[in-house]
Amino acid sequence: MKKQISKHEYQKLVEEKAPGSHFIKNLFAAFITGGAICAVGQIVMLIFENFGADKELSASATSIIMIFIGAFLTGINIYDEIGKFGGAGASVPITGFSNSIVSPAMEFKKEGHVMGVGAKMFLIAGPVLVYGIFASVIAGLFYFIWKQVM
Amino acid sequence: MSEILRAFLLGGCICIVGQVLIDFTKITPARIMVLFVVTGVVLGIFGLYQPLIDWGGAGATVPLLGFGNVLAKGVIKEVDEAGLLGIFTGGVKAAAAGITAAITFGYIMAIISKPKIKS
Repeated sequence: MKKQISKHEYQKLVEEKAPGSHFIKNLFAAFITGGAICAVGQIVMLIFENFGADKELSASATSIIMIFIGAFLTGINIYDEIGKFGGAGASVPITGFSNSIVSPAMEFKKEGHVMGVGAKMFLIAGPVLVYGIFASVIAGLFYFIWKQVM
Repeated sequence: MSEILRAFLLGGCICIVGQVLIDFTKITPARIMVLFVVTGVVLGIFGLYQPLIDWGGAGATVPLLGFGNVLAKGVIKEVDEAGLLGIFTGGVKAAAAGITAAITFGYIMAIISKPKIKS
């Protein structure tokens, strides 16, 4: 049986589904979520700097901590909720990268340790590493040539 | 305190760019992540990302653009030190901490945690 909806209800439904209605809300959520994650990162970084680590060392130590936080929050099923709210605010930070590793690995655990966890870990992280590392090789090649010429 | 605020503002703005791309072009979050890392490499090789780090600290290093920048900076450093071989070693060498942390913590968390039952 088809559900009958009035013209008025239909109009409301169209407005809800139309792009733009949630647009500002999405941007705001992404800003708050991404900003908050980076603020946590900055706090971690300041703690490392406080212990006497230089800027570069603090930055990579912070990445390790943030990756751990992302993996941990995914494991206890909280990061996916953050992602539903924050959209790109949750996927653009490095915590989103570790979420993209843990999430499919958990889901495909039943397919075994090799083709399940081991392979599915890289469902999204794989492409990120492939294109990131490939881009770095191209960039390095250009830099090498530029150095010879200049 | 102002350092934390600047990290919040810059990190938030970078994520807004990602959200705009998702909402306007309908490209998937996975593609956004690839795009951000590659863009970070491009910005990094031309030295354009460092000013953002100087201003926003973790607001620039925590987003995936920062991961791309690490790859680019690593490759520059290694080409300077080791020449041609540096093209192949620089990127991963600089990103080793992040990659190894992601694999290690990712694997451990995936093993010990249970996925939520989807209702």
